[in-house]
Amino acid sequence: MMGLNKKDTSLFVVVIVLALLAPFFLNPFPTDSSMAQFNAGYPDLMQRFVIFGIFAVGFNILFGLTGYLSFGHAAFLGVGSYAAVWIFKLLTYNVLPAIMLSVIMAGIFALLIGYVSLRRSGIYFSILTLAFAQMSFALAYSVLSNPKFNLTNGETGLQVYANDPQWLHRDSLPDLPHLFGLSMRSTYEMTVGGWSFSFNTGYYLCAVILILTFYLSIRLFRSPFGMMLRAVKSNQQRMNYTGLNSRPYTLAAFVISGMYAGLAGGLLAAMDPLAGAERMQWTASGEVVLMTILGGAGTLIGPILGAGFIKYFENIFSKINDNILHQWFAFMPDGIEDFIVAVIHPFIGKGWHLTLGLMFMMVVIFLPGGLVEGGQRLARLLRRKKSDESPSADTKPAE
Amino acid sequence: MGILEIKNVGKRFGGLQALSDVNLSVQENSVHAIIGPNGAGKSTLLNCLVGKLIPDTGSVTFQGQSLLGRHPHEINQMGVARVFQTPEIFGDLDVMENVMIPCFARRDGSFRMHAFETVMNEKELVEKAEQILIDVNMIDKRHMHSASLSRGDKRRLEMAMCLVQEPKLLLLDEPTAGMARADTNNTIDLLKEIKEKRDITMAIIEHDMHVVFSLAERITVLAQGTPLVEETPENIKGHPKVREAYLGEAQV
Amino acid sequence: MDAFILQMLNGLDKGSAYALIALGLTLIFGTLGVVNFAHGALFMIGAFCAVTLSKVLTISYETIDETQKDFLGNPLKVETPYIESWFGPEVGGAIIDWSVPLAILFAIPVMIAVGVIMERGLIKHFYKRPHADQILVTFGLAIVLQEVIKYYFGANPIPTPAPAMFKGSFDFGAAFGIDPNVIIYPYWRMMYFGFALVVISGIFAFLQFTTFGMVVRAGMADRETVGMLGINIDKRFTIMFGIAAAVAGLAGVMYTPINPPNYHMGMDFLVLSFVVVVVGGMGSLPGAVLAGFLLGILESFASTTWATTTIPGINQIIIYLVAIVVLLTRPRGLLGRKGVMED
Repeated sequence: MMGLNKKDTSLFVVVIVLALLAPFFLNPFPTDSSMAQFNAGYPDLMQRFVIFGIFAVGFNILFGLTGYLSFGHAAFLGVGSYAAVWIFKLLTYNVLPAIMLSVIMAGIFALLIGYVSLRRSGIYFSILTLAFAQMSFALAYSVLSNPKFNLTNGETGLQVYANDPQWLHRDSLPDLPHLFGLSMRSTYEMTVGGWSFSFNTGYYLCAVILILTFYLSIRLFRSPFGMMLRAVKSNQQRMNYTGLNSRPYTLAAFVISGMYAGLAGGLLAAMDPLAGAERMQWTASGEVVLMTILGGAGTLIGPILGAGFIKYFENIFSKINDNILHQWFAFMPDGIEDFIVAVIHPFIGKGWHLTLGLMFMMVVIFLPGGLVEGGQRLARLLRRKKSDESPSADTKPAE
Repeated sequence: MGILEIKNVGKRFGGLQALSDVNLSVQENSVHAIIGPNGAGKSTLLNCLVGKLIPDTGSVTFQGQSLLGRHPHEINQMGVARVFQTPEIFGDLDVMENVMIPCFARRDGSFRMHAFETVMNEKELVEKAEQILIDVNMIDKRHMHSASLSRGDKRRLEMAMCLVQEPKLLLLDEPTAGMARADTNNTIDLLKEIKEKRDITMAIIEHDMHVVFSLAERITVLAQGTPLVEETPENIKGHPKVREAYLGEAQV
Repeated sequence: MDAFILQMLNGLDKGSAYALIALGLTLIFGTLGVVNFAHGALFMIGAFCAVTLSKVLTISYETIDETQKDFLGNPLKVETPYIESWFGPEVGGAIIDWSVPLAILFAIPVMIAVGVIMERGLIKHFYKRPHADQILVTFGLAIVLQEVIKYYFGANPIPTPAPAMFKGSFDFGAAFGIDPNVIIYPYWRMMYFGFALVVISGIFAFLQFTTFGMVVRAGMADRETVGMLGINIDKRFTIMFGIAAAVAGLAGVMYTPINPPNYHMGMDFLVLSFVVVVVGGMGSLPGAVLAGFLLGILESFASTTWATTTIPGINQIIIYLVAIVVLLTRPRGLLGRKGVMED
């Protein structure tokens, strides 16, 4: 289907279904149940799942295929956000031109930074990208917000003010980001029994874009271009002696992944018309590295899983507090209950970063293929168990 | 006038004169071996040919065109392929993909995006790649992960990757280094076969005299960065200067 | 001229911190070939050693002084640190006052232990893995260490003062007969610079004049050959990792009075220290020290009003700018050997 082989098609269908039905999947608990706080199906969070999914899918095109570890991808995200907010300020609240400009600006930025950074490889590349991103952050935070030439509005962040021109804006259109009049904030609430599900325009815009970008990424992975990128990662020396200069390939991958980041940044601004410099800081770049590796670098679906996983952790896992733990372990004798709660305490709530850091280390040490590899191993283990139980079942070799 | 002309090439690393005044001419469609004791400058010379190093003095021309200052990928596109001492292949890719990459490189000449095609839809290239895999006897391993191949198979694969580009000159850097006798003989046979089937010039850097004498038509002996003699294999055996170079002055 | 000297001096203390961290990073990279993203965390742990010691020293008991009243008229509660009651207020007070320098003694064994545990427990398994993996796992470790510190000490900076003796500034102008009050420099920063020099020369002397150091240097140059000589190079490298950790830790201990430590100070310094290492030359110890001081001083020059009015924001980006220029024009860095990590 659509130029994909069977395995990729089914993966693609899974992503489509997950993206479109997320409002159901993410709200599995009835609204008044005690578990309702683990519902992640509210528009704001669902949007972030998908947007960071796009960011990580793009990052994976660079890191997963070529092995070039960029520590500065947040810079492109930030550029995308600023570009989108400027469109909102000057032209219109319509998100389409805003997103388009985000992608273009991020692409130009990535071309410049990539052209310079890719002259070096390995750790030098990582540090160059880090240096460029920190530089962009410092500039956006201070210099580019001086009164004479205020491009970023510094600490406050760039936002739309009432006296901004908005030349193409008309009174009939919503005073918030919209797509041809359809406000990004409009949400339809559906209540079924004790459950409630929200369908948000902004989320569905992001979801559709995720599906498109994911399709693009599959095609890219399976294309000769993708093969060349994997060859660069595998053996650059052989690549050169095969008559190919690896730099245009890596630069193209860098620009594409920068454009993905810009797209994510534009979408962030489209959901909430505000852009701040902290989006460019290197910790933000580190986050996308975490997402991609945790999910499985070089795999197709890994980055999306990783992004969802981390964002879920950040927003839901961090809400678990001691009271909830006491409820969970209430069935135990008091002493043991208190002990267990005390042991778990540092890892939950505000300590979710600690848990994340530990998990990330575990993944790097034991599961270089990330959650995807973990899932595959588990599946293989189960399959083997099954075939042990019924020796007659046909034993296909792994893969 | 040979296909490859090396004139007065010199190369210095700090205080070490690795090559001095090297003159060498490789005739078209011949097998030319370059031998010499350790540290004679064989590898340096090879690196000067493929663009990894730039000689300090002298000139290197291939089919009348200078190679100096060109990048390895440009030199490859002119028709020079290289086989490494330890096989350099794309370990993360499968065997078929390993051969497809040089096919693309040959057809496209330089960077092309091809971001929306599918590798296996390039019928012409696939045919070509499969043919070369048949030639080197590896067609049944085409879906194998190339890092898991045996060393001998890696060597075959590397040869296939070079040959599929139909190079005019094939440079071999100790192709049998570290191989068992049987593997060495296989490699010799493979090279002989290649030589019979196509119009190709080979320059071999080798340690193993058995390999050299079974393949080479001309032999250059390199010692301390300069060519001592250039002769046919028959004449090189027992040549006093060669003895001296290999065994040291005590034997003179 | 005065302004020039003043900026020079201002750059020295930050430069000292960069130099010390970069020195440790380079020791680890040069000996073990590992890119350690957790090195900033070691700096931070060092700083928190000082915090811990000062907290421990000021553990107090409460007594009620009936003779004095607080502002509500209740009897005044007086907190007396145990240490003052043991050694008397004079000596006890002095010990508390000197908690930061004393923390050096406490930090050295702690940091060596942390370093050795880190190397044996984790880094050892990553020697043969790609550099990207090393970066990633140490990056994860840095997050973990940082969060542990945050859990125990909170997210806010904790002021940890220097001994009273070092409060105030030295007036260079008055001392050297130029205008007074123009070139003044805090005593503690001077102390920090001196301390950094002592540590750096200590490390160099250790590497230069001891057999242990000689073997390590040989190992840095060619690990395999030294390994073949039958010398247990791994054990020495573990010790070197401990020493590198101690250097970073000491840099952190002494930095606390200059900048109250918080849990993310390590990451802040790490990014810059990596830039320093790259500018100095990956694997070159003198390069790391030189680049540390150079960039510290450069940063301080870029912060002058003259510089910031000429090129706005130059103080924020100067180090990165230098790094980019150096990496592109001279990838091996100022004093680096050719070919380190270039492939």
